[in-house]
Amino acid sequence: MLWSFVIDRFPQIAFSAWQHLWLVVQCLVLALAIALVIAFAVYRVPWLRALANGVSAVGLTIPSFALIGLLIAPLGFGVAPSVTVVVFFAALPVLRNAVVGLGEVDQDVVESARGMGMSRLRIMLTVELPLAWPVILTGLRVSAQMVMGVAAVAAYALGPGLGSFIFSGLSRLGGANALESVAVGVIGVIVLALILDLFLVGLGRLTISRGIRVTN
Amino acid sequence: MSPTNAQSTGTQAARTQAARTQAAHAQIGEVSGRRILLDQVTKRYPGQEIPAVDGLTLEIPAGKIVMLVGPSGCGKTTTLKMINRLIEPTEGRIILGDEDVTAINGDELRRRIGYVVQGAALFPHLTVAQNIATVPKMLGWSKERIAARVDELLELVSLDPAVYRGRFPRELSGGQQQRIGVARALAADPPVLIMDEPFGAVDPITRQRLQEELLHIQEELQKTIVIVTHDFDEAVKLGDWIVIFREGGRIVQYDTPERILADPADEFVENFIGSGAGLKQLTLTRVRDVELVDAVIGTAGQPASALLQRTREAGHNHAVILDERRRPLRWPSLRKLARMETLPAELDPGMPLVAPTASLQDALDTMLVSSAGAAIVTGRRGEFAGIITVEVIMDAITRARDAAAEEAQGAPIGLNTAAIGVVAGEPA
Repeated sequence: MLWSFVIDRFPQIAFSAWQHLWLVVQCLVLALAIALVIAFAVYRVPWLRALANGVSAVGLTIPSFALIGLLIAPLGFGVAPSVTVVVFFAALPVLRNAVVGLGEVDQDVVESARGMGMSRLRIMLTVELPLAWPVILTGLRVSAQMVMGVAAVAAYALGPGLGSFIFSGLSRLGGANALESVAVGVIGVIVLALILDLFLVGLGRLTISRGIRVTN
Repeated sequence: MSPTNAQSTGTQAARTQAARTQAAHAQIGEVSGRRILLDQVTKRYPGQEIPAVDGLTLEIPAGKIVMLVGPSGCGKTTTLKMINRLIEPTEGRIILGDEDVTAINGDELRRRIGYVVQGAALFPHLTVAQNIATVPKMLGWSKERIAARVDELLELVSLDPAVYRGRFPRELSGGQQQRIGVARALAADPPVLIMDEPFGAVDPITRQRLQEELLHIQEELQKTIVIVTHDFDEAVKLGDWIVIFREGGRIVQYDTPERILADPADEFVENFIGSGAGLKQLTLTRVRDVELVDAVIGTAGQPASALLQRTREAGHNHAVILDERRRPLRWPSLRKLARMETLPAELDPGMPLVAPTASLQDALDTMLVSSAGAAIVTGRRGEFAGIITVEVIMDAITRARDAAAEEAQGAPIGLNTAAIGVVAGEPA
């Protein structure tokens, strides 16, 4: 029975779930930082912007399972390949939205900021980033959903998280508790994804200025 | 309640207004603006053979409003943006006051020059107060000082601080946004204000009100203001001086509005002025600058017969009834006066009144819709100052035209040194 499976292994499941969530959250933060740096570097140059959009579109078509398999060779097993893969996939939607969001910032507003003597860095941080933030955050939510699943695949490289339940269940399909193990992994990932999404919606409420929120 | 009391409550608002105007006038006098000099400035864009601005030397006198006008692509906006180095000149120097600012840090220079763009371009994610506080915050002012300054500026642009401080730009009308734009530019009290088509994005009625307000603010602050516009009427209305450009940043004429209207440099300027130069001249003279006509005056409460008698003797068709503070109440014709016993103390709201600051065009407009064919001029406290008639206006136009025929005094420098220069104004 699924219920007794969960009860019996609750500490282990809770720990894996926590590790899974934590891996995803940390990778999202890292991906956000990387994507923003790249986006700020490319969004003003048309051909670089096109390149960034191309990379994020093509990158998303790479099967995560294949990529993690390929990374085991140079990076070994464990946390390193898992983090790399998760960050890679998390960064792509954020990058795409950041480039779009920054491109949509009203250039008159940016020019008037410059006209008031704001430095380039100050304009980026206090004008462009807050104005593009709603679009970037949407990208981050897409990333969070997608990367929850990718993180499960990371278990193939013996990474942390709920993926281990899925892989161990799948490997002994037909055996005792095999289905339950897979179910715990899958349901756990879905629940975590919902929790994280809820959190990100709340984050949006707190961080998007009332002046640019779509609905009040 | 006595009639006098009723009447004085009625004009309470008018008196508060008068007191405010008086307070504003008390502050006039200090020129806080600084002179700007563009010294042989050239802007060449890569890949373009003809420079956008070619060897331009332009002096903007301290404390004056100078309008840059011309067809699109004439380099007026480039010229404007070179003042705060949003566009870096390829050659030449920019001098602000006595300081050469060509090579100093651009961001620091821009913090010392107020900048207003079309549509205000406020930061949509920040409140009105935060928008206005932008430059003071960068300059490291204390929170208290910034808050006080924000309220002061909101008052200056006629917006109630308590209501508007916490609003976001999208909760404001276009005109209000533009007002905040001006307040934001004035926040750190810069000596110079540059404006790029500031009133281009608002409806005509709002535009007119904003222009009036800018003049009022300027009367108080005496900044050096440079405004780019493609609207010649706006240039005439706002400018102490007007620079007319043609392609390549070449100055065709740099002169006072009066002189440009009366004596355009060439056909290009004539075409640019368009039709109705004579009517436009009416906007240049204020009611306070012309000699008014006297009227026969009576005070409320007096018997009507005495006033009727005096009016007939003077050969006038109308008489003015004032209250005890000499503020006009009514303006009856002889026929109406004959029907009165005592002079009434009630205010006639339909009286054609103009302020001394109104232009002759406004005055003419007011008198054309009034039955008397003339208008009453009231002073700062609403007191009777005289009557303005069509004859007064005709006379003023004639004299303005004669005055404009003479060279303007103290004309600032404006010439192109590199191009085959069309020189205008008087090289000092």
